[in-house]
Amino acid sequence: MKLITSNFIKCPIKKCDSSLDSYPLSYQNCQLVIKQQDFNANFIKSMLNRLDWDALLRVAKELGNTLLPLNKPALENSDQEEDKEDDEENLNENDLKLLKDLHNLLLETNIIEGEMICRSCNHKFYIKGSIPNLLLPPHLVD
Amino acid sequence: MEQVKNPVEKEQIYVHQVYNEIASHFSETRYKPWPIVEKFLQSREKGSIGIDVGCGNGKYLNINKNVFIIGSDYSDNLIVLSSEINGDSVNNDSIVCDGLSLPHLNNQFDFAISIAVIHHFSTEERRIQAIVHILSKLKPNGEALIYCWALEQEKSRRGWKKGMTQDVLVPWVLQKKKPKSKKARKSKTKRGNEVVDTSATIKSEKAVEDNGEETKLRYYHLYKENELNENAIAAGAVVVEHGYERDNWWVIIKKPAV
Repeated sequence: MKLITSNFIKCPIKKCDSSLDSYPLSYQNCQLVIKQQDFNANFIKSMLNRLDWDALLRVAKELGNTLLPLNKPALENSDQEEDKEDDEENLNENDLKLLKDLHNLLLETNIIEGEMICRSCNHKFYIKGSIPNLLLPPHLVD
Repeated sequence: MEQVKNPVEKEQIYVHQVYNEIASHFSETRYKPWPIVEKFLQSREKGSIGIDVGCGNGKYLNINKNVFIIGSDYSDNLIVLSSEINGDSVNNDSIVCDGLSLPHLNNQFDFAISIAVIHHFSTEERRIQAIVHILSKLKPNGEALIYCWALEQEKSRRGWKKGMTQDVLVPWVLQKKKPKSKKARKSKTKRGNEVVDTSATIKSEKAVEDNGEETKLRYYHLYKENELNENAIAAGAVVVEHGYERDNWWVIIKKPAV
């Protein structure tokens, strides 16, 4: 499971829908591996736009990364209006470093084993062999 | 099948268990994208975020490199395959979950696809609920493409047509030349092998024949013309486009912007 996915999953139990504590899940006892992937500046830039930064901060901290800025970083040279294609040469040094760091954190960092716990109902889900399993026991399905 | 009344139990036996057992063989036969699905995915805006509900081996997760898709399936064995097949791409991830209990925030995604999945829910209420649930995860104006197997497929080898029963058990024949473990995924047995359905009246849930083949039965609700549109409207969606392709009815629906 890629770290970015933690930004898109929550507790699936219906009664937790109304609780702010059901997202993000709490990641505990996790084993991480870095798997190298091709860097695509535009892709990571568009993902940055869509990230819930507070959720990412929380999960990154649980996984031992406390170096992220408290607010979602903005690109210095980003042309918000036109959404033009930035290849690596068009980005300044700081922006390129930021996008590469995010690429490494979000897309190359995989949780291969671990627990995902709902902070609302305390139900524990598992990640095994890199695969998160969010199936519910029968009594919790309605 | 008639003995199993509880829809959850029915789907457990005739859908979830079967896909877990046939996962590797099934996956070998599922690699070619269907044109309308490919077109839908390629026409999504750059940087969009989507879900593929019932993604199987994940063959649609890496079609459009500029969007991010979370693929999910109830079958953990299929998700293992999806994760392997898509292991070298950054634009997707694969998770195990229930299509009626998706682990996503509401109103978050730009698009969804659910290809040949909703016909496995065994009551109309659950099929409509599955569409309601997918819609709930989309942003207002978000679009979903849904495919379901058609009753009207007289030209297919199965020969189903209007007027026939819509709730059927369809055999999947597994070649059992040598004992295969659940995860023996590199086997080179001949692919395909879906035989003509003799009827939905086969009583036994599996049958091992003398030649070492094993037949697994999967439950399907075969959609008749307009039924998928009607289900989508009952679920609160707006129908954008619909049609028939390769023995399936398909519909592109939109979540109304309230």
